[in-house]
Amino acid sequence: MLKYDIVIIGGGPAGLAAAVSARKSGTEKILILERDHELGGILNQCIHNGFGLHTFKEELTGPEYAYRFMEQVFEEKIEYKLNTMVMDISPERVVTAMNREDGMFQIEAGAVILAMGCRERPRGALNIPGYRPSGIFSAGTAQRLVNIEGYMPGREVVILGSGDIGLIMARRMTLEGAKVKVVAELMPYSGGLKRNIVQCLDDFGIPLKLSHTVVDIEGKEHLSAVTIAEVGSDGKPIPGTEERYTCDTLLLSCGLIPENELSRSTGVEMNPVTNGPIVNESLETSIPGVFACGNVLHVHDLVDFVSQEAALAGENASAFVKNGCKDISDEKGIEIKAVEGARYTVPSTVNTERMGDLLTVRFRVGAVFQDSYVSVYFDDERVMHIKKKIMAPGEMEQVILKKSALEEHAGLKTITVKIEKE
Amino acid sequence: METRELTCIGCPMGCQITVELDGGEVKSVKGNTCQKGDVYARKEVTNPTRIVTSTVVISGGDKPRLSVKTANDIPKDKIFDVMKDIDAAHPSAPVKIGDVIVENVAGTGVNVIATRNISAV
Repeated sequence: MLKYDIVIIGGGPAGLAAAVSARKSGTEKILILERDHELGGILNQCIHNGFGLHTFKEELTGPEYAYRFMEQVFEEKIEYKLNTMVMDISPERVVTAMNREDGMFQIEAGAVILAMGCRERPRGALNIPGYRPSGIFSAGTAQRLVNIEGYMPGREVVILGSGDIGLIMARRMTLEGAKVKVVAELMPYSGGLKRNIVQCLDDFGIPLKLSHTVVDIEGKEHLSAVTIAEVGSDGKPIPGTEERYTCDTLLLSCGLIPENELSRSTGVEMNPVTNGPIVNESLETSIPGVFACGNVLHVHDLVDFVSQEAALAGENASAFVKNGCKDISDEKGIEIKAVEGARYTVPSTVNTERMGDLLTVRFRVGAVFQDSYVSVYFDDERVMHIKKKIMAPGEMEQVILKKSALEEHAGLKTITVKIEKE
Repeated sequence: METRELTCIGCPMGCQITVELDGGEVKSVKGNTCQKGDVYARKEVTNPTRIVTSTVVISGGDKPRLSVKTANDIPKDKIFDVMKDIDAAHPSAPVKIGDVIVENVAGTGVNVIATRNISAV
């Protein structure tokens, strides 16, 4: 059987940053397994700019951002296998994978880093009534067709969901000569960045209809029209508000789901809110030596934060291997809880001895909050109270815990993150 | 006197900003809740610019499309002229990140450059 110190599942932004960081932490035998025919993951099709402001202090396009990390992987001579599908990861960290050249093969891994990313919520998960003709794509599929393969999915477009990929595709299809008629969003607010609403919709006069959803799809062979309607506060369409749009393409941009089939079959404990693994301060899952980072852990809005998180996972996986792959899962430490407005936190526990001087705890809020506070409680004592002019579900928030502060509170049981009006 | 309505892109607040203009000169900026909004609004009404990103057909490479961008921002009202020039380009592999694909696109003085590497096959 092949043996590696660290096997990384996925060669996208998370996998690349994890690999580079693990190598810099001193681990020699690292292998990246990637199912696509090139490294870089989804960034290769995200040809728009705006990536890397935090990491490189400049605005890069997706392919450029990916290449900054690919270059480091090449320089460090980190091994990778493309066109390779991982079939299974055993709790003992034996990775079973296959590709055309090697057939089926197994690798004994000192540590495994899960970096499989996420995928889009498909039509089947959305309960849209109507026919099932061709011409309905997830926004990311359309993005791949246009930017990588060079095909236009259609000429007259309706978009459901105002996530960033949907907004970006509204502009992209418009630039390539399509007519984007409307973007309908079920929620009363957009999940996309303001900058994308202005520069992808307003710039081209594309209307955004909040609190609207698709109520009918017409077309037997190919899509011919879509009807949207306003939804009330109960989430149900309001009769009489229907508007019909003739179109040949419907794009769906209705959220992303971490891709955790492998993690689940390995037996990793999952967080029902994020749909990603539950992890400790080292980004280690419930299975010792199996780490997770990037969108497979929780969906991020900025790739910069994926890279940061993945670097931490790489560093910790490296430390786990150096430490003789010791199982320390019973030393969980302090629980971190999200309540009252905060939906989840990553990580879910922190062991003070294993954390660095600072620990970034990332979370999302469940609704739009204006002039509110992010509060952190050590048991019943409020230790942080940070004023925020605005928080929205579409923007990830964070608090930074200091090791010294945690050490001062000996016997601390629970850290609570919540949103308070005052 | 002309008024323009804008949505600020500085943060998730998305303040609705009203700018009053007189003969192209900004007279007042209202509705913003911080300095970022003021700066954005003044630039957006007097000299709005954008980076344009797209793809072009490439011959002889290991991929059918090459992703490109304008090396700097270009005037917003030139977006479709820039797209026309980008669509007319037809480079051949190999291409490296930063290679100039279109010079002085649509007379803007800005070059269109490659944003990925494509090897020749």
